[in-house]
Parts: sequence; C-alpha cells; structure tokens
Amino acid sequence: MSTLKIKDHCDLFQGPEYQEQFERKKEFERPWPEEKVKEVSDWTRTQEYRELNFARQNIKINPAKACQPLGAVFCASGFEGSMPFVQGAQGCVAYFRSHLSRHFKEPFAAISTSMTEDAAVFGGLNNMLEGLENTYTLYKPKMITVSTTCMAEVIGDDLNAYIKTAREKGLIPQDLPVPFAHTPSFVGSHIVGYDNMLKGILKTLSEGRRGESNNKVNLIMGFDTYTGNYHEIKRLMAVMGIDFTLLADVSETFDSPNTGEYKLYPGGTPLPDAMDAVNAIATLSLQKYSTVKTMEYIQKEWGQKTLSLSPIGIRNTDTFFEELARLTGRPIPALLEAERGRVVDAMVDSHPYVHGKRFALVGDPDILIGMMSLIMEMGGEPVHVVCTNGDKHFEAEANELLASSPFGANGKVYAGKDMWHMRSLLFTEPVDVLIGNSYAKFLMRDTGTPLIRIGFPLFDRHHLHRYPIIGYQGALNLVTMIVNSVLDEMDRKTVDTTSFDVIR
Amino acid sequence: MSTAIKDTQKMIEEVLDAYPEKAKKDRAKHLAANDPSGQCSTCQVKSNIKSRPGVMTVRGCAYAGAKGVVWGPVKDQITISHGPIGCGQYSWWSRRNYYNGQTGIDTFGTMHITTDFQEKNIVYGGDKGLDLALHELRGLFPLTKGIGILSECPVGLIGDDIEAVSKRVAKEFKFPIVPVRCEGFRGVSQSLGHHIANDTIKDYVLGKGTLETSSPYDVALIGDYNIGGDAWASRKILEDMGLRVISQYTGDSTINEIGIANKAKLNLIHCYRSMNYICRHMEEEYGIPWMEFNFFGPTKTYESIRQIAARFDEKIQQNAEAVIAKYKPVMDAIVEQYQPRLEGKKVMLYVGGLRPRHTIGAYEDLGMEVVASGYEFGHSDDYKRTYPEMKEGAVIMDDATLYELEEFTRRLKPDMVGSGIKEKYSYHKLGVPFRQMHSWDYSGPYHGFDGFPVFARDMDMTVNSPTWDLIRRKK
Repeated sequence: MSTLKIKDHCDLFQGPEYQEQFERKKEFERPWPEEKVKEVSDWTRTQEYRELNFARQNIKINPAKACQPLGAVFCASGFEGSMPFVQGAQGCVAYFRSHLSRHFKEPFAAISTSMTEDAAVFGGLNNMLEGLENTYTLYKPKMITVSTTCMAEVIGDDLNAYIKTAREKGLIPQDLPVPFAHTPSFVGSHIVGYDNMLKGILKTLSEGRRGESNNKVNLIMGFDTYTGNYHEIKRLMAVMGIDFTLLADVSETFDSPNTGEYKLYPGGTPLPDAMDAVNAIATLSLQKYSTVKTMEYIQKEWGQKTLSLSPIGIRNTDTFFEELARLTGRPIPALLEAERGRVVDAMVDSHPYVHGKRFALVGDPDILIGMMSLIMEMGGEPVHVVCTNGDKHFEAEANELLASSPFGANGKVYAGKDMWHMRSLLFTEPVDVLIGNSYAKFLMRDTGTPLIRIGFPLFDRHHLHRYPIIGYQGALNLVTMIVNSVLDEMDRKTVDTTSFDVIR
Repeated sequence: MSTAIKDTQKMIEEVLDAYPEKAKKDRAKHLAANDPSGQCSTCQVKSNIKSRPGVMTVRGCAYAGAKGVVWGPVKDQITISHGPIGCGQYSWWSRRNYYNGQTGIDTFGTMHITTDFQEKNIVYGGDKGLDLALHELRGLFPLTKGIGILSECPVGLIGDDIEAVSKRVAKEFKFPIVPVRCEGFRGVSQSLGHHIANDTIKDYVLGKGTLETSSPYDVALIGDYNIGGDAWASRKILEDMGLRVISQYTGDSTINEIGIANKAKLNLIHCYRSMNYICRHMEEEYGIPWMEFNFFGPTKTYESIRQIAARFDEKIQQNAEAVIAKYKPVMDAIVEQYQPRLEGKKVMLYVGGLRPRHTIGAYEDLGMEVVASGYEFGHSDDYKRTYPEMKEGAVIMDDATLYELEEFTRRLKPDMVGSGIKEKYSYHKLGVPFRQMHSWDYSGPYHGFDGFPVFARDMDMTVNSPTWDLIRRKK
C-alpha cells in the first residue's frame, strides 16, 4: 500500500537534525553541567539517598493509588441500567472516564453535577436537582448511583436530603433507586470508594426485600480490573453447579462485543438479582481490602455467612473451592481437579526459572497478597512489597504470609510507600523481576529491572486485563507471563554469548 | 438564509428535543449551523458558560488547564498536585509533552508528585505540610529550578494561604515557587486554568531569566506543548528560516526559557486559547508584537511561514521561500499518495484548544471535509476564527454532550471522528473510524513538515483500516 517511508516520533528525533536542534536549545535552557547531573544521578542510587527518601513524611512521589470516587463509579457501573453520578466539580468525572477508558479501551459513561464557585458558597443542592433531572431524561437510567468528589465533601453536601428533595419535586420518579455513598478523596483510596459505593448500593436495593432464602451465593469481585476474571468466575461457578449472583458485574461494562452499536448500559448485575442478594445463603468476596465495610454490613445487617478470599495462586484457589464446597454442600468436580493438575504440571515445568529469583512488587493490597503467594509457590522470593494504599491490616497479613514460607525470609513490606521509595529499594537491593502497573515502567527505565505488568492501570499494553489471573487458569496465565519474562530477559542478556540457547 | 443553514438548524432542533425544557433552552445557544460570512445572527454559538449538571459534558476543570496543559510540561521545575491523591494520578503523563532530560534528576515531567491530603489536612489546613513537603523535595531533588504548587479543590475551600508559604520558602530556596490557584471548581472548564497559569507565569517567572546575547531574529514559540514532539517539528521550520527561538513553551520548556520570553522580538503563538493572555501582557508591558500561526498541513504551513517572514527582513523572507521550496516536493508526494484514499471523506471534530479550527486545513490538504467542529472550552474569539474556515451549514458545537455527539454522528454520518479518549471507544463500538486529536492517539508529531506525513498516514489508517469491515452489525 504505502510507498513512502513515514518517520514518526520513534525515529524522527533520533536523527542528527533534531539532535543538533536539542543541543542548540540548551543555550536558552541553561541546564546544569553534565558532570553535575551525573553526580546527582549517581547519588540517588546510594544508601544515603535511600535514607533521605524514606525519611520524607509530607510528599508522595509516584504513588500507586487513586481516589475514592474512581472506585465508586467503577462499582456503580456494574449494575443493570445504572448511571454513575458524581456530585461535585466536573473535572473529576472527566478524569475518571479517561482513566478507566485508557485501561480497558472501552467507553465509560459517568455524570457530573458540574459544581462551581456558587455551589461552593451556597451548597450543591441546585446542581444535584438539575443533574438528576437531566440525567434521568436524557440517559434514561434504571438507577442513578451517586458518589461525591472532595468538593462536595468539604462543603458538606447532604446527599440523602438532596435526593429526597428531587423526588418530592418530581424531578425523578419516586421508585427510581438512587443509592449514594460519601466518597471523600482525602480518605483511603479507590478501593475504599469501591467499598463505600457497593455498601450504599446494596443497602438501598435490599431495603424491604428480605424474604425466603434463594439458596444462592453472592460473589463480589472487589476493585477487580481484569475483565477476564469476571468471565472466569462465571465459568467456574457453572462448573461447580452453583447458583450465584455476581454483585457489581462490570464484565460487560468493560468488555462488550462490537456490534456496530454503542450501548450506554451494556450489562451489569440485573437489578432484581441485586435486590434479592439479601436472601442468599452466603457472600464471598474475592478481594478483602476493597470490601471491608460491605462484608461487615452483609454479615451484620443481612446475617449472612461471609468470607473474603482471593483465589490468586494454587493454594488460595484450593482454599476458595474448599470453602465454596463447604458453604454450598456441592463437591468439587473432577474437571476442576484435572484443571488444577494441568496447571501444577506447567508450574513444575517452569519452576527452575522462577526458583530463587528475587521479586519486587507494587500494587493494590489484594493483588499483592495473591502474587506473593503464587511467587513463593514456585520458589520465587518476594523481596520488596510496596503498597501505597495498604493499611496496618494489610501489613500484618503480608508479613504473616512472608513468615509462612522460607522463600519469604528476605521479604519486607512497605505499606504507605510509593514508587519513588521503590526506586531506592531497587538501586540499593536489586531484584530480578519487578511486578507493577504501567507507571512502574519508569522504574524499569531507571533501574533496568524487567517489568511484568500486573495490576491497575495498564495503559501501555493491550488486552492483558482480558486474561484471568484468578483460579487455576489464572495461575497458568500468571506463570506464563512470569516465566516468559524471565526467559525474554535471559535472551536479552545472553544475546552475544554462547548461552543464547534455543531450548529452555 | 441558505438552505444548507436551514437544514442544519432543523437537524439541531430535532436533536435538542430530547432535553428537559431548561437544559434544551440552554443547549440551543451552544449549537449552530455555520455561516462563514458572519451575517446570520442566529448562527453564532454562545460559549465559555457553565455546563449544565447531569448532561455529561466532556469538559475538565481549571486544574486540568493549569497543571495538565500549561505548567505540567515545564520540565526542570517540580509540579506538585496540592491536595488529595486523584487529580495528579489521572493527569500523570497523559498528555505526552515530550522533553529531553534525565527524569528525577534534572527534569521531572513524567513524575506524579502530590501532598496526598488526608482528613487532618482538611480539618487543620495543609499549609504546614506544604512547607515541609517543599523542603523534602528540595532535599531529594537538588537540581530543580523551581516548584509549582497546583491547587486542587479543597485547598481553596478550606482557605489555605499557599501564597504565604510560597513567598517564605522561595526566599529561602532562591528560586521560584509558584502558587497556582487552579482549584477545579473555579470557572467553567479548563480555560480558566490556562488564564490563571498564564498570570502566574507573568507574576513569578517572566523577565527573571538570563539571556547572554540577543539578535534581531529572536522569537518565542508559544502555546506548543510538544505533544509527540510537535514543538520540535515547528521549531525546526523556524530555525530553518533563520529565526532564533530563544524561548519555547511550555512543551520541553525550562524556567529560564520562560524567564527570557520577554526578550523576544516577536511572539509566535500556536494555541491561542491557552496562551493568548501572556502574549497580550507582553504586548502591553514590553511592546512585543504577537501573531497567531498554523503549522498543520502544508497549505496553512506555507501561508504561516510567509506571514511570519513578512515580519522580518529580506534575508528571512528568502530563507522562508527556500524552506518552502525544499519541502514542497515532499509534501506534494504525501498528498499524492494519500489524497486518492481520503478524497471526499467527511470528518467530525470535537476537541479543545486550537485543533477544531487549526487542523481543518490539514484535512483539506488530503481532500477531506470537516462537516462539524466544536470546542470543549472555546470562547467567542475562537468561534469567530472558526466560522470562516468551515463550509456553510456545517455544525458548530460548543461544550457538546455525549448525547449530542452521538446524535450528530447518526445524522451526519462522518467517515471519521476526531475527539478525545472519553469519546474514542464509543465510536469504536459504533464502528465509526476514530482518531484521538488531543494526544494524536499516541502518535505524532503532527506539526510542521515532519508532522504532516505522520498526520496523513494516521488519517489513512483510521479511515481505511480493513478492521472496521469485520464488525458484524445487528440488522
């Protein structure tokens, strides 16, 4: 097709014309002398710098966490016909939509009430009223799911009263569910926002719905950004023969088929099912730290058995199925046992390339716990575990996990720390493999540590989120990624040596 | 009134019918049929007005304009997102403002640095923590040339005095510490953030840099954010013309370059919307003339080169002709290759800044027609500059909503749409070829003679990809 060779940014600026331009530009930039830059650069790799870096208390540098309302709108989008609706300044919603679209490569609709200076003075009631009316008329939702930005929280908007007023004024129907959650971005992180929103939704939808047991199990995925996980859990439940309700089912929201049609509400947990969740026999959460309050609520208010278990890695998946079997009385089918056997067989084959390898990990608490466990199952050693949004409970659990295996002996957990801390750790105590989100690529560039992209957000690689990381199949996907990254790195290192083997 | 205008007006009315009365009345002012002559009184859109709550505006906030657009790309200063964690996270290196330097040592563009407000900061204020944070940063990044404090919503609401902290610490550090009051609730869009950021450039940095020598050919390249290397491609042309670009901002910019911007003999501005304020200031204060130019597509680029050269002596004018003569065959070859594949294709644009009007010529160079265009955060001066660029009856949209964009797409049936990340994937679902025209969809540069071939290639792959044909549409 094309006959002309087109050079884009990858090639253009490496040419002499541009390199000379960059040199000329320095006259006006007045940069530091090269020796000075080198000196400081070297210093940032030292133990001395690490101590200075770890002494900081008042500033975060490259943190791996987002804010509450992001988690809230993510959760809100997991219900049938639900429109995420955020009371506050409008830029936040533009950011949430962009952020989620960049990860999933999918459209994401959410509403802002566009509060400005006048709302800061008089409160956001008018914005909420007009916002609800316009949203309902224009986008015809079955549920409007309200969370807040920090602006609404600082000025103290009363969501409950505002929504009531909107109903009284007839701006939205009396029976339209409008669950809400206060999600201040100066408390917790996106995983707490997910938790608060889900609790708010379940509280609203379950009101007056208590009845006979439906003999189902409720499943909650948590702030899980792997659409593959949602498809996988559905498959596994079918294999187990368990009747279940997936609460906040975002699988269609973030992975809908292309039919030449744009659906504003592509799927989600059907509202009748969500309303009936109160009558289930038990609720299982696949992420502990993003569902703390929700699970507490379900246990106390719904009186259900609750269990939080992240089925990442073989042993965690074993426990998950054992608990499911115990709760439902259904046996674990032979098919799953065979699946387990195949994945373990793969791990046996790959273990020599993982055994003794040192890992650094950064991410959300539940993913970190799962990954540490899987790595140690293959003889890998988690060395640096950085969790910007990890609390003391996470720290305790992670430490306990490390203590449970000889492969955890060199591991240290850093709750509340960020990726600039990680940079110091990687320079002063190098590792073989780094696991983190796309922003961890800057650590890869600075320290030369190979990066395996697991977590959120994943902006610079396509479709990774479509592959499950939970269950036995998920373990296989993770092992494939890990072992092949190690092998890629080995090829890169040995390309000019005799060790450039063709069989590994 | 022509039929083209009447037809478009009727279509707009149909689209508006779905709105509740109040929103309908408001939105009607923001949508119009184009009249290039400017005579039709109802063909002018209202702009720079608050978005209606609940309609799903595409707009962002003042912080996005000040941090994301203007200050963020300045490479040798540290930019703090002052407040809760989210804003800095979501705007982290998403605009691709390329720069040279060693990140974390002498440049800081791809970093996300934030005071990460907690509840105690809301209750007791954040000034004390900010002071300590500035000192911690100074210790860890000794080569920084300045620090910008970009306020998020709570800072303004709780009444912190970041100006006082800045003043005190700047005296101690002996470099600029710039408090930017760009809380997201201020104004109606990103636009006020640009203005606020321009004002802080004026108040804290402009006129404070060092320039050893000067020449009659000193110019500043303003309002180019070097997305995918745009500014470098533009700078190349200006240098080839014999001009000396003493200051380029804010893409790949430095504190010193902004500090010496007032020494230019002529200010050349690409993105008028985000940077006209500083140009006006320099005109008043230093008597520096300024002119807008357009380096998208060969036609507009030749035109701009000649207009710029006309401000200088014969030597520059001769250089300008030589530059055009050098690149014209290359540009002609690109057009020759791509025009047959793109001829007559219809484009719908909904972007920000300068692109809704500045890229029209580049599309036309490829034989394409822009049938609808709109700005997220334009003002009336932007629209005045747009009307003559578009055909009669084309749709002009201001602060369009998701609903409107979808409806106009259904009715106008464009062959491709150029807009942002929030719009991209709904168009993919619709099976409408789409290109992000904020980030160049991770491609670029699109400016200048080195940018146009990339632009042409990208538009071709967008419109003519065989992948679209795989979509099996529901009957």
